[in-house]
Amino acid sequence: MPRDSLITSENDIDIGLEFAGDEDEVSSFQEEHERERHRAKRRDGDREKKKRRKGRRRRASRAGEREDELQARHEKREAGRRKRAKNYQESEGRERDEEEQAQIKTGKTAKTKKNIKNEKTRKVEQEEGEAEERNAKGKKKHGSAKKEEKDEDGGKCAAKEKTQEVKKKKHKRVVETSSEQETSEEDVNEEEDSEEKELRPESLSPEELEKLKEAVDERKKLIQGLRGKPWSMKKKLVTLRESQEFVEKYEGALGKGKGRKLYAYKVMMAKKWMKFQRDFENFKTACIPWEMKIKEIESHFGSSVASYFIFLRWMYGINMILFGLTFGLVMVPEALMGRPYGSIPRKTVPRAEEASAMDFAVLWDFGGYAQYSVLFYGYYNNQRAIGWLKFRMPLSYFLVGVGTVAYSYMVVIRTMARNANESGVGDDNSFNFSWKTFTSWDYLIGNPETADNKFASITTSFKEAILEEQESRKDDNIHLTRFLRVLANFLVLCCLAGSGYLIYFVVRRSQKFALDGLDTHTWWERNEVNMVMSLLGMFCPMLFDVISALENYHPRVALQWQLGRIFALFLGNLYTFIIALMDEINLKREEEKIVKFNITTWEASLYNSTVSENSTGPPITIQPADVPRGPCWETMVGQEFVRLIISDTMTTYITLLIGDFLRAVLVRFLNYCWCWDLEAGFPSYSEFDVSGNVLGLIFNQGMIWMGAFYAPCLPALNVLRLHVSMYLQCWAVMCCNVPQERVFKASGSNNFYMAMLLVILFLSTLPAIYTIVTIPPSFDCGPFSGKKRMFDVIQETLESDFPAWFSKVFSSASNPGLVLPFILLMVLAIYYLQSTSKSYKEANVELKKKLQTQNEENKKKNKRAALKAQMDLEEARKAASQTAEQQKNNNASLQDQEADEEENHSSSQRLYHGKNRRNPPAPVREQGLPATRAPVPRNYHHGNHGAPGYLPGFPRQSEPRMHRVPSLQRH
Amino acid sequence: MGTTASQLGKDLLSEYQVSAQNAHKRFTELLTKDEKDLPNTRVSMERVLTLPELKSNPFRKRICYVFSTSEQKDGSLTFEDFLDLLSAFSDSATLEIKSHYAFRIFDFDDDGTLDCGDLEKLVNCLTGETDETRLTTEEMRQLINNILEESDIDKDGTVNLSEFQHVISRSPDFVSSFKIVL
Repeated sequence: MPRDSLITSENDIDIGLEFAGDEDEVSSFQEEHERERHRAKRRDGDREKKKRRKGRRRRASRAGEREDELQARHEKREAGRRKRAKNYQESEGRERDEEEQAQIKTGKTAKTKKNIKNEKTRKVEQEEGEAEERNAKGKKKHGSAKKEEKDEDGGKCAAKEKTQEVKKKKHKRVVETSSEQETSEEDVNEEEDSEEKELRPESLSPEELEKLKEAVDERKKLIQGLRGKPWSMKKKLVTLRESQEFVEKYEGALGKGKGRKLYAYKVMMAKKWMKFQRDFENFKTACIPWEMKIKEIESHFGSSVASYFIFLRWMYGINMILFGLTFGLVMVPEALMGRPYGSIPRKTVPRAEEASAMDFAVLWDFGGYAQYSVLFYGYYNNQRAIGWLKFRMPLSYFLVGVGTVAYSYMVVIRTMARNANESGVGDDNSFNFSWKTFTSWDYLIGNPETADNKFASITTSFKEAILEEQESRKDDNIHLTRFLRVLANFLVLCCLAGSGYLIYFVVRRSQKFALDGLDTHTWWERNEVNMVMSLLGMFCPMLFDVISALENYHPRVALQWQLGRIFALFLGNLYTFIIALMDEINLKREEEKIVKFNITTWEASLYNSTVSENSTGPPITIQPADVPRGPCWETMVGQEFVRLIISDTMTTYITLLIGDFLRAVLVRFLNYCWCWDLEAGFPSYSEFDVSGNVLGLIFNQGMIWMGAFYAPCLPALNVLRLHVSMYLQCWAVMCCNVPQERVFKASGSNNFYMAMLLVILFLSTLPAIYTIVTIPPSFDCGPFSGKKRMFDVIQETLESDFPAWFSKVFSSASNPGLVLPFILLMVLAIYYLQSTSKSYKEANVELKKKLQTQNEENKKKNKRAALKAQMDLEEARKAASQTAEQQKNNNASLQDQEADEEENHSSSQRLYHGKNRRNPPAPVREQGLPATRAPVPRNYHHGNHGAPGYLPGFPRQSEPRMHRVPSLQRH
Repeated sequence: MGTTASQLGKDLLSEYQVSAQNAHKRFTELLTKDEKDLPNTRVSMERVLTLPELKSNPFRKRICYVFSTSEQKDGSLTFEDFLDLLSAFSDSATLEIKSHYAFRIFDFDDDGTLDCGDLEKLVNCLTGETDETRLTTEEMRQLINNILEESDIDKDGTVNLSEFQHVISRSPDFVSSFKIVL
């Protein structure tokens, strides 16, 4: 049996897997083509009729394939159409024709409704309907008996086919047993039934076409949504094949004449496009870097550790783009098209430093040749346009600086919004317990140790939740706890202040060292600032951890406090560093003034000496290395940031190696000869510290944003760092960390990290923008030298590169009279959006309440209905014995309907009324039991419509009656 | 050797939302020598559960039962069942699929609703086998009452599929954690 199933699935693929693509398209195309051919043949006229019939017979003999049926139906359709065409020729009158059409339609719709319910009756009725149709036509065009005959032939054929189809469908229904599917299947079948009949005559009214289209769309939707259905694959395949067959069969019928080909083409293209999209999607997922690595980690450590690596990868992506911007638009153009090294003073190492410019220690410090290169701000020339491309270097530099920040804002905010969307309105606490039970297991956990930790953490969370719910928790000594908490916060504040002062002190000291000259000091003294900052970043969190033990908070709250404190520490450090830097900038600017003065005197003396010595001789050329120059504070800032990043990276890696790897090695191997169990006891293996690592990453990124304007190489460095740490940390986690004791879920913290990133982004752009806007650039280095302010470059470009009117427009647009209202408008918009979102939230709550009350009401109603239904059932049982007889009569009468319509009809009506009389009184029926319908005056019963087949007790829709009105009038 | 995959064909495999090559490799590792030659064998639940990805999952048996198409209800899986399992637990499966299967996994007595017995078993699975992590009866009662209070919207004493899906759909991290990666 399994073997069989396998084979069927194979067949499935062959026949109609949609995504298999080409085959399908070819086959559908062939079908289309065939149809066209048939139509062409038809058009040749009566002469070919016989031939066609022969052809049909031939085809019919091909063991009953579905295509065969289809073709047969097509032929029939053609016949119908031709006949109608002839009708026109015979000029029976347009109006009548329309009537006829309407009649056909009504007959069909009526049939459609019935046939879902009773297959047998349906068959009979079809034949009957067929006959009626024929009669109607026959009345009108008394000519060509031959045609009539043919029509009948076709009608029978169609009827037969339909029975076949019905059987098939029955079979299908038997196969598919799942309840949800059955409902959908049935819907679809219903529609299919109607389609089948509607297709017979070629002239489909627009209404019917619409219906057909809807059905096809429905199927298509089913195919598309198939992936989202929780069925087993086999069932999916069966459904897919069926709906595909359907779509293929009837898609072509939607277009007409010339449009049909176009339609088929469109469908084919849509299919191709979908296939392409699918492939592209697969390709995209295959292209995501480190996916397998992260998945592996995820399965060992749960999603929270993996979330760090996903965050790291995301950061890597952003830095790649920043790197692309700075590298492609700033560094490469300057290196290729700008003046070469050594051509002007700012691009040359000064004479005094030349000797040591290539030393590793100097280069490691980003001095020497590294300082006088594209890596730093000072190297760039203030030439307005460089190279044969007339590349506007200063403008590009400025715009890239602004663009990096703008892009980062955009990305962070967009990601935050998306995360918020994903988590939805998840902040409500209404399903606390249910979520804990239903969603707390992390199915990715594949490691017994992690699983044990998870069990423990789930248990504690349950217990905590229960305790919280009971609210019977009594603080035994609330004063002690309060005191301890205040004490802890005091201690933390002391730590923060201390670390801030330490950094400030160190920075000031390093300035003094710098003034003395670097060579006189040791390595430690030169790198003091960075080392102190890194060490503080390493040890303070540990200290905080110890202190937080005093507070006796809930672990989640404790974690948040911890994160907040570390954040404050890092921020404090960063800002102390920046303030110290600002001091240094001011110092440098003082120095610059002196240098500027000196230079003028130097130049004057040079000039004077040359003039005095030899007034007619050529002006002596001075080596650019000898020209005295200013301190260039921008490069200094850039260097500081680069050094900071480097030392930060180094400390991270070294901590990783010592704290994790060495510890793991020691614990593992010393355990054999130690007096206590190292693995379970004190040192143990380290856990992966998600929050600390994320914070480190965030602050690192903040420094990049801050420094990138003055050191274009920073994004490149950061990309390198992130790349290395991805591999290093992946390795370290897998080889020397143990799963966390407190396994917590990642998703809740995702947006928390993002929010921190946004705060850091804002805080780091502040000083950068402040320096750009307020401090005048150095006079002899960088792309903006000689300008009063850096952003003057925009104005310059506007004036010289754009037409006059543009700058006029720009200046008038930037006047406060326009800007202020605009800002006001934005504020108003924000206010409006906020208030709407608030009202939405309220509406949400309201709806929830409503839903709940409605549910309760429904429940009550259902109970009442059930009671009534029971009573009804008893009565019906009594009635059943009496009805049985008459039911038989009814069936019989249905069968000889064709023979005697009028009588049958009256009998059925009689029956209907009779039953109605016997039925229990009205209220039961109104209770939503649609088993019986209200009596309908049957004043149209003498018409030759297909109506009499209605079983008593089926609701009749109003549509057919509406169509029948004209036919009534006709009689 | 490897006849199953070749019979299934490339197109079918693309229907499954997992890297089927890998899955097939892992699946054949579970088969014994002579079983490998048979085209379509069932792997007994015990051997499926030796997979490290399932070994530490408290719902491992339920998962096998839910995805098994075996008539003996023994939880044995064919390769197709196995792929169904993986695709339901894959990244690309939608919330609807995932919540549907989660419901069936949690429905220990297969009666279509989560009643008190199911919930108790579920909680016991989550808290692990050891005694120190177990909840006391009082705690259990409280917990189940709370769960029913929250998610049993129609107040019939059980959680049905739509209620379950309603609860799950609001959960921020169900989709990200209802995953199994080979």
